[in-house]
Amino acid sequence: MGYFHSVRLEEDKCKGCTNCIKHCPTEAIRVREGKARIIQERCIDCGECIRICPNHAKIAVGDDLTALAAYRYRIALPAPAVVSQFAGQAKLEHILGALKALGFDAIYEVALAAEMVARATRRYLDNYGGKRPLISPACPAVVGLIQVRFPSLVEQILPLVTPVDLAARLARLEGMKATGLPLEAVGTFFISPCPAKITAARQPQGKRVGPDGVIPLATVYGDILKGLSSALPYPSRAGATGYGWGHSGGENASIGGRRLLEVDGIHHVIEVLTRIEAGDFQDIEYIEAQACPGGCVGGALMVQNPYLAKLELRQLVRDLPSRSMDLPVTEKDLRAEPVYPRPALQLDDDLATAIEKMRRLEATQAMLPGLDCGSCGSPSCRALAEDIVQGEAQDTDCVFVLRERVRVLAEEVVELARKLPPSMARPERGDEDAPSGNR
Amino acid sequence: MPSLKLSFPVRARDFLAGGNGAAHIRQVLQQVGFPPEIIRRAAIAAYEAEMNIIIHSYGGELKAHITPGAITITAVDDGPGIPDIELAMQEGYSTAPREIQEMGFGAGMGLPNIRRCADELEIKSGAGQGTTVNIIIYNR
Ligand code: SF4
Ligand code: SF4
Repeated sequence: MGYFHSVRLEEDKCKGCTNCIKHCPTEAIRVREGKARIIQERCIDCGECIRICPNHAKIAVGDDLTALAAYRYRIALPAPAVVSQFAGQAKLEHILGALKALGFDAIYEVALAAEMVARATRRYLDNYGGKRPLISPACPAVVGLIQVRFPSLVEQILPLVTPVDLAARLARLEGMKATGLPLEAVGTFFISPCPAKITAARQPQGKRVGPDGVIPLATVYGDILKGLSSALPYPSRAGATGYGWGHSGGENASIGGRRLLEVDGIHHVIEVLTRIEAGDFQDIEYIEAQACPGGCVGGALMVQNPYLAKLELRQLVRDLPSRSMDLPVTEKDLRAEPVYPRPALQLDDDLATAIEKMRRLEATQAMLPGLDCGSCGSPSCRALAEDIVQGEAQDTDCVFVLRERVRVLAEEVVELARKLPPSMARPERGDEDAPSGNR
Repeated sequence: MPSLKLSFPVRARDFLAGGNGAAHIRQVLQQVGFPPEIIRRAAIAAYEAEMNIIIHSYGGELKAHITPGAITITAVDDGPGIPDIELAMQEGYSTAPREIQEMGFGAGMGLPNIRRCADELEIKSGAGQGTTVNIIIYNR
């Protein structure tokens, strides 16, 4: 079955510079024939390549405002981090108002759902006796990373719904109740800081769980900015703890508890997950892990500097009540879809074949120079060895192996050139006894 | 039958690189596709064996021999050896020097941990002769 990915390559912009291949946390990119290629099974849509590409050849495909036309009642679901992008310039009510003015009938703040999830998480942690630490499901890039690179940790992902999905469910119900419209007529649109959340909302899960559409913040940034001064204010219902989810540490702060760890930046997340997989960190209750630097304020589809955005977000919510009133949510609303491993790094389905391939992989790697330069189009010498074993590359793709081959060949050519055909060969020295032509 | 051999030199007192060999073994086992529980046991055993070389010996080697049916991990070192193996197998018994225990290592759990993870365990050692620890984990 096809796996939808929001991260794509705009081929004509790609120069094949190999900058992106080295930053991908799942080694999902190769440069072949001068263009970057994304290995679909491995991509987790974290947006690292979008951030790093100097030519802006990597893009995230989401919805735009034309998607609203398919519904009669449209609800915007702004991520908590989204308001940080305008925070220096307007109050929360005005930011929400400017968002609504883009064509929405109502707004359901994801921050509100985040508070409900935080309460449910606290209850869950209080009664939990299983393997520790539990890991937050809120960042889909981290969930993808676990599925692909740390499949044994899938069972440690907290089995609760994410704020986005909960917001979509509750907004839909509220919308139906307010208008009397049927389910299909009510559309929910998440305003996303990142490509991972676009992807998460698009996976074929059968039921309508998440939002109906996902609009990248960058797509509507300019429109919201323009409307800030003129739009009618729209009341906020969420509290400061919910909006805190927009930056790293905010989720943990809203849960509260004894030993909660927070980590942000995908390469730091990898370090922590590696330790957890090795059996460490068992005295930690819960890990808030976010792929982006600073958390969602640093999302790849955000516009502002993440550190400034974090500051602005904190200042903006200073006037909010610390948390909102309790809204009714049911156990069913809070239940998450199960997460399964996606072991895309496995060499083969058959154990014996995989061992044989690994043996060849290790031997091949030992023959490569170990410079990890990326010139071959694979992210490291080991990755090239893997590609060779999988039949997707050859050892001469390594420029150093190739040069060595050429050198040996050149020497052979020189050697051969010295050897004249026998009919012309003349002994070089001590030729008295040698047969010669007519004297 | 396909089989794969790995080997890593381990230096005495090299805590910064400590665990690299075991980490590589874990990664290989994962990429090959062993069940998570087998990988977990092999990784813990390899890690403890590697740390034992770092803490107690003058240096040595960590090796792994991988077949579909079994993972064999061998730690060979050049060192003072274990004078009383039975005693060393007791939880909490440690001959690690105090400064290492103060770093949080050498708490006397190494060999007991390895025994819990191993299906078969064989230790060859004697005072002044170095130590060889052989660990087998069956894939079943
Ligand atoms: S960073 Fe990647 S996508 Fe961007 S131009 Fe270079 S190779 Fe192409
Ligand atoms: S940290 Fe936030 S913005 Fe970044 S990938 Fe995760 S969910 Fe998306």
